[in-house]
Amino acid sequence: MSPLTNIQSIPYFIPELILVVFALIAVLVDLVNKGKNTERCAYVALVGVAATLVAVIVLGSTEQSLFLGMIRLDSFAVFFKILILAATAVTIIFSIKSEELDPRMKGEYYALLIAVTFGMFLMASSTNLLMIFIALETVSLTSYILAGFLTHNPRSSEAAFKYITYGAVASGTMLFGFSLLFGLTGTGDVVQISNRLTEMFSAGEAYPLVVLVIITFILAGVGYKMASVPFHMWSPDVYEGAPIPITAFLSVASKAAGFALFIRLFYSTFQAANIVGSVDWSLMLAIVSALTMTVGNLAALPQQNVKRLLAYSSIAHGGYLLMGATLLTPEGIHAILFYFIAYLFMNLGAFFVVVLIANELGSETIDGYRNLWSRAPFVAVAMAIFLFSLTGIPPFAGFFGKWLLFTAVIKQELYWLAVVGLLNSVVSLYYYARIIKAMFLETSDETDAISFSWGNLALLVVFVVPTFVIGFWNTVYEVSRASLGRIVG
Amino acid sequence: MLLTLMIFVPLIGMVVVLCLPRNSEETIKRTTLVFTLIPLILGVILLAGYDRGSEEHQYAVDVVWIEAFDIHYHIGIDGLSVTLLLLTVLLGPICVIASWRNIEKGIKAYMALFLLLETGMIGFFAALDLFLFYVFFELTLLPMYFLIGIWGGPRREYAAIKFFLYTLFGSVLMLIAMIAVYLKGETFDIPTLITLAQQDGHALANPVFQIWVFLGFFIGFAVKVPIFPFHTWLPDAHVEAPTAISVILAAILLKMGTYGLIRVNFAMLPEGMAFFTDPEAAVKLGRSATWGYGLAILGFINIVYGSFCALAQTDFKKLVAYSSIGHMGFVILGLAARNESGVTGAILQMFNHGVISAMLFLLVGVVYDRAHHREINGFGGLGSKMPIYTGITTLAFMASLGLPGLSGFVGEALALLGAYSKYQVLTILSTIGIVVGAAYFLWTLQRVFLGKLNPKYEGISEINGREILTLVPLGILTILFGVCPSLLISMFNQAVRLLPLVP
Repeated sequence: MSPLTNIQSIPYFIPELILVVFALIAVLVDLVNKGKNTERCAYVALVGVAATLVAVIVLGSTEQSLFLGMIRLDSFAVFFKILILAATAVTIIFSIKSEELDPRMKGEYYALLIAVTFGMFLMASSTNLLMIFIALETVSLTSYILAGFLTHNPRSSEAAFKYITYGAVASGTMLFGFSLLFGLTGTGDVVQISNRLTEMFSAGEAYPLVVLVIITFILAGVGYKMASVPFHMWSPDVYEGAPIPITAFLSVASKAAGFALFIRLFYSTFQAANIVGSVDWSLMLAIVSALTMTVGNLAALPQQNVKRLLAYSSIAHGGYLLMGATLLTPEGIHAILFYFIAYLFMNLGAFFVVVLIANELGSETIDGYRNLWSRAPFVAVAMAIFLFSLTGIPPFAGFFGKWLLFTAVIKQELYWLAVVGLLNSVVSLYYYARIIKAMFLETSDETDAISFSWGNLALLVVFVVPTFVIGFWNTVYEVSRASLGRIVG
Repeated sequence: MLLTLMIFVPLIGMVVVLCLPRNSEETIKRTTLVFTLIPLILGVILLAGYDRGSEEHQYAVDVVWIEAFDIHYHIGIDGLSVTLLLLTVLLGPICVIASWRNIEKGIKAYMALFLLLETGMIGFFAALDLFLFYVFFELTLLPMYFLIGIWGGPRREYAAIKFFLYTLFGSVLMLIAMIAVYLKGETFDIPTLITLAQQDGHALANPVFQIWVFLGFFIGFAVKVPIFPFHTWLPDAHVEAPTAISVILAAILLKMGTYGLIRVNFAMLPEGMAFFTDPEAAVKLGRSATWGYGLAILGFINIVYGSFCALAQTDFKKLVAYSSIGHMGFVILGLAARNESGVTGAILQMFNHGVISAMLFLLVGVVYDRAHHREINGFGGLGSKMPIYTGITTLAFMASLGLPGLSGFVGEALALLGAYSKYQVLTILSTIGIVVGAAYFLWTLQRVFLGKLNPKYEGISEINGREILTLVPLGILTILFGVCPSLLISMFNQAVRLLPLVP
């Protein structure tokens, strides 16, 4: 199927256009209200997300290459777009609830959130090196601002500064890798690159070492978005300093977009070029995966701040996810997709509890969670469910996700990686259980009940129920498998 | 349907209990009791319809659960599981009654978690699909963690997390083994896998593959049994857990480990089992013959080490906990023999140890509720004040130390008999465990009940009716199966014969 021209492409680009329009509307509404009533902007943003979702679903079954091959619309992109939209919607709702954000500035905040989402859409669907870079930078630039949004809080500014420094280096390195790749193959289109590489390898014109260098450079950029070792250093500080809703957003949506880009790029260029034998980049990925989860988990062990603990844990989850990507097999990618669905609910659920507790008790430390069980039983039980699911204990969704990932790894006979991954799950239990221990096992002087609004509790249920049922629900497996679509031919 | 009902009635009970108001404690307790009595009644009906001679899985249900991976909700019982299943439903109400007075806070959550635990246990023994089996196995972890962690003794937090981490460590290795088996066999159905593993040339029948998978499963179950050196969580968990939870832990959870060993390692991985129980098989694979003594040596260590540790204890409950380690050693030794007498002994011992250790922990609970300590040396002469209690304790001690005529004897004797034909030296050395067992029980009896009454306990009250109610059914079983073990053996005889035994 030949790519559509720019004009022909526009009808297929409607979801992205809706996002742009609503980002502008949010800014306008903010202007008209002169910075008051910023909740209106939030509702505008929510409507925008809903409208985009409808558009994405309507276009859902199309497979089309757009804008002369810059962007590809397929079920794989649709899967990640829906995932990202869900995370955005949740983040907007968190932000409305959150009391740490400066109400005067919330208007542009929502506009920026929509802009990030737009960038992530592009990340999930770009098929040209240039477009990939632009998408990545769109997301990065807006994320920097959002991370530093608590202008009165020096930690937030520090977070933004670290984020931007790391981001600049990482994307610079990646761009260098891209330029090498372009120089080698003479094209920016990922499929053509793959064909060229195959030709060059069979003609003996390309050196494996060059490709390995290119892959390493590109991994720096993508690894930065996925927060994988050794490009993860920014994330604990950013996650801790940023407003909680943004932390939640970055840990899910940013990661998802990073993985989408990674899978598409690597699957289309390096995997399809069938150079696995000559360039052992999958071993490199396996090592990165093992290191990422180990570093994330070990660093999470001593944390006292729940937000920071969840930040490290989300690095570890990036490591688990990478396991599925090591060999880019259909099983592995399917596992990644399914894991993201589970991760969306359990991780955002955990962050929602953090928001609620921060609002009510003003505390982000584990000690603040003491005796939560008798003070707010429902919230405590919900948190326990999220944490057990993150650990990967049945019957919760996280277990089924991990089960798929490990099955994919063991099928490729990477037993050592499976053992490392599972032992990491045991380690992770220890720090998740510290929160559970504080909530259920420890007593505190404060015993008066904390009451939460019905709206908050209802929202909590929205996270708890999927965490319970996803694993048992065959449709979820089918949907995530179908989403592999053409990317995994 | 009957079996499904048995599994999920406690779960329904949990939901009902959660819906009750927090302060209506009596209602909560009664409701829980009802929801544990229903599985017991269903268990009796199940027993009445149980065909002792059948080679099939009875009361089987097999429906597709998660289509994408061919995971089935496949349950059913055979001789291996029926005894433990019945023991589980019997102990349900007993433990609820035992918790009637001594759970002071959060009775609602306690009872809800207990019911969840019961669902996990019943489901585990009924599961015939490996995936389901694993899910139920893990399902018992969560309630147990909270039951020890919230309602336990002073070091409850440490004990609870230790239990959790140890078990999870074991079960993740089991998960790897399980996935490996699934990828080779392309099914989770345990009976199918058993057939495939015996087909010549099938990937599952490859001895090297089986040995590795065996190890994965083995460590998972060994933590639960517990087999030395994975046992250190057990004394901590027992000492800190409330009485009823100790009972469940000793009587059922430990048996989940040995049951798993029989169901999976023994039945499904005969080549792997042979490697660790038959020196010749190990040599044939080019390894040292020592591997062939592996399982028997572990059983022996458990027996002797557990018994000597028990001898050294001054805490009543810790003594019983270590004696459990010792008694589980006989199960391992019997299984290592892989002959009819050894395996029969092992299964008997599993059931009987379940009954006897439940009694012992209940009895420790009785005296702890009165004296608020468990120092064996801190009592003395209780026999004069608590004659009934002393009588029942003596019965339980005698049964546990293996007095002929009581149920503890038969299992140990058969296990040793079976093991003797293969491992003479180890078996003879293992009998040390029996001697030491007699020593620590008799010595404890003397220190706690005989001699002059400790004046501190002038006013100690005799065991009450509620407590006797929990002990009597177990006492009756101890005597009944001691005098007439064939009643029990006939229930699983057929299943034992179907296992890959060696002469």
